[in-house]
Amino acid sequence: MSTWISPAFEGRGRSPSAPFVAQQFDNIEQQRDAAKLGMWIFLATEVLFFGGLFLGYTIYRFTYGQIFVETSRKLDVMLGGTNTAVLLISSLLMAFAVRASKLDQKRMLTWLLIGTALLGCVFMSIKAVEYHKDYVDHLVPGSHFEWHGSDPHNAELFFWIYFAMTGLHAIHVTVGIAIMVVLALLAWLGKFSHGNHNTVEVAGLYWHFVDIVWVFLFPLLYLVGHR
Amino acid sequence: MFGVADWLFAAPRGAPGDRALPPCELVMEDVVKTKVYVWTCIALLALLALTWAIAYVDLGPFNLIVALAVAVGKAIVIALFFMHIKGSSRLLHLAAVAGVIWLLFLICLTLGDYSTRGWVPLNH
Repeated sequence: MSTWISPAFEGRGRSPSAPFVAQQFDNIEQQRDAAKLGMWIFLATEVLFFGGLFLGYTIYRFTYGQIFVETSRKLDVMLGGTNTAVLLISSLLMAFAVRASKLDQKRMLTWLLIGTALLGCVFMSIKAVEYHKDYVDHLVPGSHFEWHGSDPHNAELFFWIYFAMTGLHAIHVTVGIAIMVVLALLAWLGKFSHGNHNTVEVAGLYWHFVDIVWVFLFPLLYLVGHR
Repeated sequence: MFGVADWLFAAPRGAPGDRALPPCELVMEDVVKTKVYVWTCIALLALLALTWAIAYVDLGPFNLIVALAVAVGKAIVIALFFMHIKGSSRLLHLAAVAGVIWLLFLICLTLGDYSTRGWVPLNH
């Protein structure tokens, strides 16, 4: 802690009026750029993490195209589409949150982070309703699975892929909600005030990435062929 | 235990050895106008409506192509405006494109394998 800060700033709930720069950085711009670059590199690994599933989907879709069209129609496009809209709007709130953190609007930032987390919860709730519907309709792969059309084996394969992809995405949304709740608490305590907003910006990148993944999952799983 | 509480309620101070900038050096970052984000979201919702509507029109194989094109368009809009790729450094552009390029390698090479199997008869 450098010596220029007077003790008056160190009381509970008070903060110095400038951002902190870690030892290894020359200046605040470098510190901010490093954080963003690190997050983008992490997101590149996430692209490849989801990429394996997208690859599997692609191969099976080209191999068993017709059955994928039939199975996709069993999914509820209304719930899936609503969930897309929910995530897109949550991304808008997240973008506003990052903006508020840059403008040092503590109260606004806290509420926007809570709003983002709540929309994440709405997404997960709709997803839960959907999974329950799939379960009741005997569409969950395993001994419970029932398919009365042709080619039940590959119909089950589609649902394996559907649950793997949406499940992995749901885990990411859950992690995102947890991050937003913790950040909202820290924002309320003033941890991101006065230019210390790196964490919020980086968390925003993660949230938008999770949104992008769903943007691809929605047409690929729910809108296979025409309905 | 009490260390956590102390940290939570203390003023932000960073790690030991971090230095705080004097107030005159405080760098406020440029922020994007609110209406840019609102229009971005409206554009994304419009693209969602488009891809949803087109799914009910039979275009044959073009259903897939249009759906993917709209998804790519939405991803680009999110990356450009929400993730601030527009206006960020070339290094970040590179990092953002890198993951996508490797994903394309993965998909193109694997499809190259699957789609050409059986072209050459093998004697077993």
